[in-house]
Amino acid sequence: MPSLAKTLPQGQNQKAVLRIEDLHTWFEIRRMGFFKAGDVRALDGASFELYEGETISIVGESGCGKSTLAKTILGINHITKGSIFFEGKDLSTLDKEGWKKYRSSIGYIQQDPYGALPPFMSVQRILEEPMKINGIKDKAEQRRRIRQVLEEVKLAPIEDFLPKFPHMLSGGQQQRLVIARAMILEPRMLIADEPVSMLDASVRVEILQLLQALQRRHNLAILYITHDLSTVRYFSERIFAMYGGKIIEKSSTTGLLEKPLHPYTAALFEATSDPDAANLTSFKDVPAGEPPSLMNPPKGCRFHPRCRKIIKGLCDQEMPPEFWVREDHAAACWLYKDQV
Amino acid sequence: MKATLSNAFRQMRRYPSAVVGSIIILFLVFMAIYAVVAIPYSEAVRLWRGADNVWMETPRNAAPAWFNLFYREKQPVTIVMRTTDESSPKTIVDLGDGVATSDFVFEFDYEYDGFPTEMSVFFNATYTAARPNVALKWITPDGREIQIADVSVRTNENYSISQDTRVTRRLGGVVPERGLFADPANPNKVLKGTYKLVGEGLVFEEGSSVDASMVIYGKLHGLAGTDHRRRDITIALLWGTPVALAFGLVAAVGSSIATMFLGAASVWFGGWIDWLIRRINEVVMILPLLPILIMVGLFYSRSIWVMLSIVILLGIFGSGILSYRAMFLQVRESGYIDAARAYGAGSGRIIFRYMIPKIIPTLIPGFVTQVPAFVFLEATLSVLGLGDPVLPTWGKLLNDAQGNGALLNGYFYWVLEPAFLLMLAGLGFAMLGFALDRIFNPRLRGI
Repeated sequence: MPSLAKTLPQGQNQKAVLRIEDLHTWFEIRRMGFFKAGDVRALDGASFELYEGETISIVGESGCGKSTLAKTILGINHITKGSIFFEGKDLSTLDKEGWKKYRSSIGYIQQDPYGALPPFMSVQRILEEPMKINGIKDKAEQRRRIRQVLEEVKLAPIEDFLPKFPHMLSGGQQQRLVIARAMILEPRMLIADEPVSMLDASVRVEILQLLQALQRRHNLAILYITHDLSTVRYFSERIFAMYGGKIIEKSSTTGLLEKPLHPYTAALFEATSDPDAANLTSFKDVPAGEPPSLMNPPKGCRFHPRCRKIIKGLCDQEMPPEFWVREDHAAACWLYKDQV
Repeated sequence: MKATLSNAFRQMRRYPSAVVGSIIILFLVFMAIYAVVAIPYSEAVRLWRGADNVWMETPRNAAPAWFNLFYREKQPVTIVMRTTDESSPKTIVDLGDGVATSDFVFEFDYEYDGFPTEMSVFFNATYTAARPNVALKWITPDGREIQIADVSVRTNENYSISQDTRVTRRLGGVVPERGLFADPANPNKVLKGTYKLVGEGLVFEEGSSVDASMVIYGKLHGLAGTDHRRRDITIALLWGTPVALAFGLVAAVGSSIATMFLGAASVWFGGWIDWLIRRINEVVMILPLLPILIMVGLFYSRSIWVMLSIVILLGIFGSGILSYRAMFLQVRESGYIDAARAYGAGSGRIIFRYMIPKIIPTLIPGFVTQVPAFVFLEATLSVLGLGDPVLPTWGKLLNDAQGNGALLNGYFYWVLEPAFLLMLAGLGFAMLGFALDRIFNPRLRGI
């Protein structure tokens, strides 16, 4: 996949932390617990590389497979097909120790900070749990790491927070604690699944700045999953758009913001609300219809039933491959078949 | 969870029913501890079996002694006197040739308004060939002397004055326990004062001796009275407490915890495990508990531990498993479960450390209110005659009372005492459970 390198920001030549090849995650639907009734193709073929110190934003509507992608990378969902390489090693070849090391290398930040924290554990226990599970048994080392991450996420004074329970913290503090937990195993990579969508606008910027600071200090790779396009431009080097379980557009942030290629991405950007008085009278061209069924996805391009620029006989028959229109910009859309 | 629980304890003080319920439960717990410490298990079983004539000196079907507080006519409690006691020793005069007299005088004050129920003298003699002989004489407070009997004493001789028809005849057809105590002026009244039973004994051999003890059975006995086999009901009441509490608690805790675990496993592992647990549950749910227990009691064993195991085994399944399953289905989708999987927590750790602690606060009121149900179940089995054959329990007291027509004969204490304790246990746990329900229920919404 040589074209992937093209989407790298200029002047960076870093090594890939994570490489994903043709990743599929299908969920089996069973009838009466035994008989297979079909599959939900939540993630249906995704390939990309994530480099050290960079942020990839993944955008798309609900149910497009963003979170499935995150959970598959985290090892929560099983891989149906394809492979994940972490620092060059295929995850399917890892033994127990290898998995432990891999899990300690990824931090997971979730959408709902209160739901992400067990309500019956104190801050101290919440931070101790990942260490206990991953073999950091030394009490002094545990204390050192807790102190360090709580300082990094600016939950101070530390002693005041340790005995507290999640419901005693504010939303912003809860999300800081979630980030602290993600950082406690000193990961190489963070997966942030809509980390600010449940927070107040005032807290969002703080959390995003905190993530950026952590990224710089630890040279972290971040997979930033969101449907909030307004935060994307400040945060990431590359943006991937997903639709119906597939990555339909890959681009540098600037490239995509200048001109989205895929009709779906274009519509998605169109739908982003802007506090502009002119919007009061303007009509937004939002594609009609619903997201595709993931059990029986439409033949050809997943978006063709809603697409206004459909090429009959092609879009509804054949799945479009990635067309690299520019150095750093690709779209899986037949419209660009002649522009490569 | 620690926070939830300590918070719950703080809130409990604000609910009077929780305070009263806790006091009742504490009282029962102390009673249970006292019973187990004061009367060890084997001793309780031995006493209740009534072997070795342990209940020789207690009256039959006596009411509790404190009933006297409410009677205008005071009823007698049992009077026991022995020659082996220092207060009434025997006097021995050697007559030579191995022949000796062995006399005793049992002197006691009788200040009750009611007549005793029975009178007996128990002898204990040592001899090789010639039995000792004892002549018994009764001296009333007004100085009358009444010959009772000449007893030729065997090693263990039980001489029942009450059943000696010759004494009855001598008293003009009045049974001895009445005739010996009656005022000559008014035969329906007791002549109060100091009575004497004089025994003049003769032994005919070197080394031969005779000891005696007199028992004048009263109408009242102990804290709780006695039953038809002269056993002190206090023992069954005391020992019924640990049995009831243990049965109730073990059954409630055992079945709740197993139910919760199965619910969690069913949700967490899903697939065929979930399917299997639900199908077994559906089958067991329609099995009736009581008839099965009756069958087991009739055909296999009536041991309380066998019954307890079956109660727990059948109690595990039922609608409880479905409601836990519903709760766990919600818990499973929590973000913190995903987070725990992401940092590598295994299935066991997730079930025990992440899913179950979330449910426990909702479990507590449920199992506290379940305890009395199991206590009553044990009593029900005993009343139906399926109680543990060796252990004294509240339910067995009720069964005995019913079998011996307690209410028909006016032994109402025999029924009311165990019934009171059963109700007390039920009340205590119910009051605490309802208060806990109110404390924990707002949190149910938070799941």
